[in-house]
Amino acid sequence: MLLDGIPRPAYRAFNDWLQPQPLDWLRQKQAEADTLFRRVGITFAVYGDESGAERLIPFDTIPRVISAAEWQTLETGCIQRVTALNRFLHDIYHEQHILRAGVVPAAQILTNTGYQIAMQGLDLPHQVYSHIAGVDVIRHHDGGFYVLEDNLRTPSGVSYMLENRKMMMRLFPELFARHRVAPVEHYPNLLLETLRAVAPPEVGNPTVVVLTPGQYNSAYFEHAFLASQMGVELVEGQDLFVKDGLVHMRTTAGPQRVDVIYRRLDDAYLDPLEFNPNSMLGVPGLMSVYRQGRVAVCNAVGTGVADDKSIYPYVPDMIRFYLDEEPILHSVPTWQLRKPDDLAYVLAHLPELVVKEVHGAGGYGMLVGPAASRAEIEAYRARVLADPSNFIAQPTLSLSTCPTFVEAGIAPRHIDLRPFVLSGRKVQLVAGGLTRVALKEGSLVVNSSQGGGTKDTWILED
Amino acid sequence: MLSRTAECLYWMARNMERAENTARLLDVSLQMSLLHGGGSAELMVPLDVTGQTESYRERYGEPMAEAVLRALAIDADNPASIFNCIRYARENARVVRGKITSEMWEQLNATWLEMREWARRDLDAATASALLDWVKERSHLFRGVTYGTILRNDAFHFSRLGTFIERADNTARILNVKFKQIKDSEPVSENILDYYQWAALLRSVSAFEAYRDIYRDRITPQRVAELLILRPDVPRSLRAAFDEISQILPNIEGNTGHPAKRLAAELKARLTYGHIDDIFAEGLQRYLDHFIADTTQLGFAIHRSYLEAA
Repeated sequence: MLLDGIPRPAYRAFNDWLQPQPLDWLRQKQAEADTLFRRVGITFAVYGDESGAERLIPFDTIPRVISAAEWQTLETGCIQRVTALNRFLHDIYHEQHILRAGVVPAAQILTNTGYQIAMQGLDLPHQVYSHIAGVDVIRHHDGGFYVLEDNLRTPSGVSYMLENRKMMMRLFPELFARHRVAPVEHYPNLLLETLRAVAPPEVGNPTVVVLTPGQYNSAYFEHAFLASQMGVELVEGQDLFVKDGLVHMRTTAGPQRVDVIYRRLDDAYLDPLEFNPNSMLGVPGLMSVYRQGRVAVCNAVGTGVADDKSIYPYVPDMIRFYLDEEPILHSVPTWQLRKPDDLAYVLAHLPELVVKEVHGAGGYGMLVGPAASRAEIEAYRARVLADPSNFIAQPTLSLSTCPTFVEAGIAPRHIDLRPFVLSGRKVQLVAGGLTRVALKEGSLVVNSSQGGGTKDTWILED
Repeated sequence: MLSRTAECLYWMARNMERAENTARLLDVSLQMSLLHGGGSAELMVPLDVTGQTESYRERYGEPMAEAVLRALAIDADNPASIFNCIRYARENARVVRGKITSEMWEQLNATWLEMREWARRDLDAATASALLDWVKERSHLFRGVTYGTILRNDAFHFSRLGTFIERADNTARILNVKFKQIKDSEPVSENILDYYQWAALLRSVSAFEAYRDIYRDRITPQRVAELLILRPDVPRSLRAAFDEISQILPNIEGNTGHPAKRLAAELKARLTYGHIDDIFAEGLQRYLDHFIADTTQLGFAIHRSYLEAA
C-alpha cells in the first residue's frame, strides 16, 4: 500500500475484486482457513510453552502481491547476494583472500563462534555452503527493497509458502482465474535437485534424507512436509550410524547407505564426537565421513559464520569483492557496537533504534526502541554495556504495509518477505516466498514466535 | 523403511486397536453391571483383562462404575486409558505423517481433538455409552481409511501387523479372564446368568451374531472357545488374526525377520490344525496362557527383527 492509501498497481485487479465482497463472507473464508489448517495439523511448537501445545500460525486470506518487474529485481538481487555469501564461505575456509585484503576484519571471522576449524581446506561440491538460504527482505516506504538478514543455516518457513498457496487456491479459486500468479508448487522438486547435485561424485543414484531434531522442534511440521514432498526419509540422529567410513540408516530391511543429509539441526548437535558431546540428536562419527567427502551435509557445516548479524554489514563489500558488481538490494545501515563510536551513538539514541543480539533469532532478545518502555530500554542498556560486541543496532525502518484481515475489518499491517534461494549446480528460486505479517497494529515484529502471521505471496507474471 | 518409522506405524495401529478393545470391554461390562444392579465383579473384568486391577485399587479403591469408566476411558493420568491410547496413536501418526495418507492423518487428528472434548465432560452411564460407541466408530473409520487409501507397501504392512497382534492378544486375554471366572461351573450350564455372561463375551468381540449363524443352538463354553480360537471366518478370533499376521510378515521387504516369521507360522499351524477337544483336554487355561506368552514373544521378535534393526 502506498502512503496515501492508494494501492500499488500490482494490487489493482485484486482490489477491484475485493471491494464488493461482503466482510461477513471474508470472515467465513477466514474461519474456514483456520479450521482447515487445524484439521491438517499445520502447526508449530512454541519453545518454553509448558503445555507443549501446538499453535496455528495465523493465516491471513489477503495475499501480498508483487509485480513481475519488482520480482525481477528481488530475484537477481537475492541470487547476487547468496552467490557472494557462498564465495565468501569458500574463501574463509580456504585462502582467506578477503581477510588478507582487509575488507572484513580477520578477528571477526576467526574468533566467531560460527567459524568451524574443521571446515578449513575441505572442498565441497560446486563450492556451495548454503544450499538453502532464506533472505529476509522488507520494502521501505521509499519503495526500495532492503535486506534485513541472511539466513544461511537452517532457514524455515518454506512449507508455509506452499501450504498458504494451496489454501488460497482452495478458498478463492476464482481469484486465480483473474490473475496470472507464478507457481511455487515445484519448490520440493528444485530442492531435491539441489540436494542431489551435491552428493559425493562417485554415487550414481544418491539417497537423500532430511535430518530433524525430532517432533518437539518448532519446525517439525516443515521437516516432515519437505521429506514427504521430496519422497525421501525423514530421519532423526538415532536412525543414522557410521560404519566402514559411510553413513547408514537403520531400515527394516537392514542398513542402507545415506549420501546427502538435508539437516535441520545446528552444527553444535550434528556429531557428539566433534561438537557438543552431550548431544543425543546427532550422529557420532558423521564429521569424519563428511571430511572424507563420502556424505554431503546441507547446509554445510560452518555456514553460521556468514549469517551472524555482525557480518551482515560487510555483505555489500563481499558482492563488490567477489563479483565485482554493485549490490542490487539495499542493506539496512547497521551500527556495530563492538566499535566505540557506534556504541556511543547507539547508547545515546536507544529509543529510536532496533537493537539485536548478534546470534539472536526468532525475534527473541531484541529491543524495538520506539515500542519499548523506559524501564525496558534501561534494562537493555545494561545488557549492551555488559558485552557490547554481542549487539548490533539499526534504524527503525518504516516497513511497507499490506492490507490484512483483522478483527475490525481490513487494515494495513507491516510485512516482510523471505524468498528461499537454492544453490546447487546453479542458483535459483521459485517466484514467491514467505510473507510474514505483524498482526498487532503498529507492530514491526513479524516472527511467528512473537504472534506474527503469514499470507500468500503472489508474484504476478507479465 | 526406517525402523523407527515402522515402529511408529506399528504402535499407531496397536494403540487404535487397543482403544477399541478397551471400549468394547467397558461397554459390555457396563451393561452387565447394570443388569446385575451394579455388581462390581463385572467391572473388574476390563481391569483384569488389561492387567490394571492393582493400579486401579491403589488409585481409586473399590471398583465403582463411574470410577472404572473414568479410569479406563478418559483419565489422562492412566497410561492405558482410551484417552491415552488415542493420544499415542495420534502422536505416532504425527511423527510419520509423511508415510501415511493425509486422510489417515486427518482422521486420527480429528479423533484426538474430539477425544479431548469427551475428556472434559462428566461421565455417567448414558454419556459413557455414547463415548464408547464413538470410540468403536472412530476405530472402524481408522481401519477403513487405512485400508481404503494407503499404498500396499511396508507402511501398510506394519500398520496391519500392529492391528492384528493387538487383536490376537486382546481376544486371548478376554477368553482367559472369562474362563477363569467360570472354571468351577459345569461345561454346560442351565444358569440363565451364564447365558448373559457368554452373550456379553461374544458381544464384546462382535461375535454374537456369528455364533448364532454358525451354531444355531444355545451357548456353550466349548463352542465359544472354538469360535474365538479356531474359526477362520470370525474376524476377531485368534485364528483369523494369525491368518493375517502370517501373511503380512513374508510381505515385508528384506530378509531380516526369520525369527518372527517362524514363530508366526508355528502359531498359525497350531490354530489351523488344532481341535477344541484337544484344547480342553490340555486345559483351556494352560492353552491360553501359552498362547498369550507366545504372542508376547512374537511381539518381541518383531521388535528385534524390524523395529530396532541394524
